[in-house]
Amino acid sequence: MAFEPTIISFLCNWCSYTGADLAGTSRIPYAPNLRTIRIMCSGRIEPTFVLKAFREGADGVLMCGCHPGDCHYHEGNYKCLRRYHLLQKYLQQMGIKKERVRLEWISASEGKQFAALANEFTETIRQLGPCKIKGVMETLT
Amino acid sequence: MSKETKNKPKLKLAIYWGAACGGCCISVLDVHEKLFDVVAVADLVFWPIALDVKYADVEAMENGFIDVTLYNGAVRNSENEHMAKLLRQKSKILIAYGSCAHLGGIPGLANFHNKEEIFERVYHTSESTVNKERVEPVTSYKVAEGTLSLPEFFNDVRALDQVVDVDYYLPGCPPQTERFVEVFMAIVTNASLPPNGSVVGATEKAQCDECQRKKTDNKRIKQFKRLVEVIDDGETCFLEQGIICMGPATRSGCGYRCIEGNSPCQGCYGPPSTSPDPGAKMMSAIATMIDSNDPDEIIKIVEQIEDPAGTFYRFSLPGSILRRKLIETQT
Ligand code: SF4
Ligand code: SF4
Ligand code: FES
Repeated sequence: MAFEPTIISFLCNWCSYTGADLAGTSRIPYAPNLRTIRIMCSGRIEPTFVLKAFREGADGVLMCGCHPGDCHYHEGNYKCLRRYHLLQKYLQQMGIKKERVRLEWISASEGKQFAALANEFTETIRQLGPCKIKGVMETLT
Repeated sequence: MSKETKNKPKLKLAIYWGAACGGCCISVLDVHEKLFDVVAVADLVFWPIALDVKYADVEAMENGFIDVTLYNGAVRNSENEHMAKLLRQKSKILIAYGSCAHLGGIPGLANFHNKEEIFERVYHTSESTVNKERVEPVTSYKVAEGTLSLPEFFNDVRALDQVVDVDYYLPGCPPQTERFVEVFMAIVTNASLPPNGSVVGATEKAQCDECQRKKTDNKRIKQFKRLVEVIDDGETCFLEQGIICMGPATRSGCGYRCIEGNSPCQGCYGPPSTSPDPGAKMMSAIATMIDSNDPDEIIKIVEQIEDPAGTFYRFSLPGSILRRKLIETQT
């Protein structure tokens, strides 16, 4: 069977999730590979969430928040941006390719952009193939 | 010595080292004159660093014969694994003693590599090695006199509870000797022990909660530096001076001994139960402190943290969420 990527996406309630909703209500078709988790703000995305996603077998993780300046809690998306860069550095040390984690800003009106992002990111992960960290972690000896 | 401990049958105590440096055994010896209190109430039935008791003697013991075993060191090879399983069977209470047994410790840093890479480095490319025949250890080898055997070196380092069930964890690299004595005396006097699986000899708080250095609630950091690049003022929080300190992600109980010695905490007591992955906690804490909203500047500041994986998981890689590095040639 052809490889179908499993992607966990964390979407902030106020912009990105609404944007994704708009893609749906506008009936824009896009890749069904995202498993979306709605959070209140991109600042809520703890590094633990991303690490656990990989541990449970995700092939890619997408983080989305409001555009800079638009976060409903003022600073949340900047906090997310800082975490993202530090997390990326760590993940690369752990052998997880940086293309597997992506941070993008999607506003409530950007349904089309969200669909395009979902397609493009799914394609990127498809090219990379399955993330093997789960299997490697479980081979305990 | 109190009355109730005097007339009780002596406790049978075993101490074993897996993949360890020996420091944990020394920390037990550091009880100094309190050793008399320990041996007044306990018989040491197995302790390779100090007593000539063979593995076969342990194998001959009945199941549950040993009251308390302190297992220090990680599980690196088949010998460590065999002894972990054997001691689990023979002991009523098995304590993961020290960082390596608790979360993998310093030997656990080998999980940034696999067996193949480690053998290549150790037996072939290290500067002091000449090994033209490419000799490597094998688990069994026939010679005229018979077959010689060596334990199998595993691909991966594991914490003790990734191999057998553990009753208690006594963290630290090594554990503070006073904490060990307290825990030991609690067992001896039948004081109420915490539920199985608890960390003992430490608190539920973070180092930062106990640390006496001056700190502000809103830490803002523009630059991270290595310890050698800063003249520590001796009183301000290390993080606020731009020096990585594992305080926010480390359980207290050691008496913040490194910080008292003017050195940042490196995290040997492991994380408090509220934030079980120390790196995740540090990444989130540090990201909050970085004083910039500009993407390019953020990248520049993050770059100053040389080795996040090795720094945040110095004592805990095998026990962390990701456990080990993914090396793509691995199957
Ligand atoms: S970060 Fe370190 S120096 Fe600062 S308060 Fe915490 S333990 Fe103390
Ligand atoms: S200050 Fe940190 S590194 Fe030092 S002994 Fe305590 S927990 Fe371990
Ligand atoms: S509310 Fe959307 S990123 Fe904070």
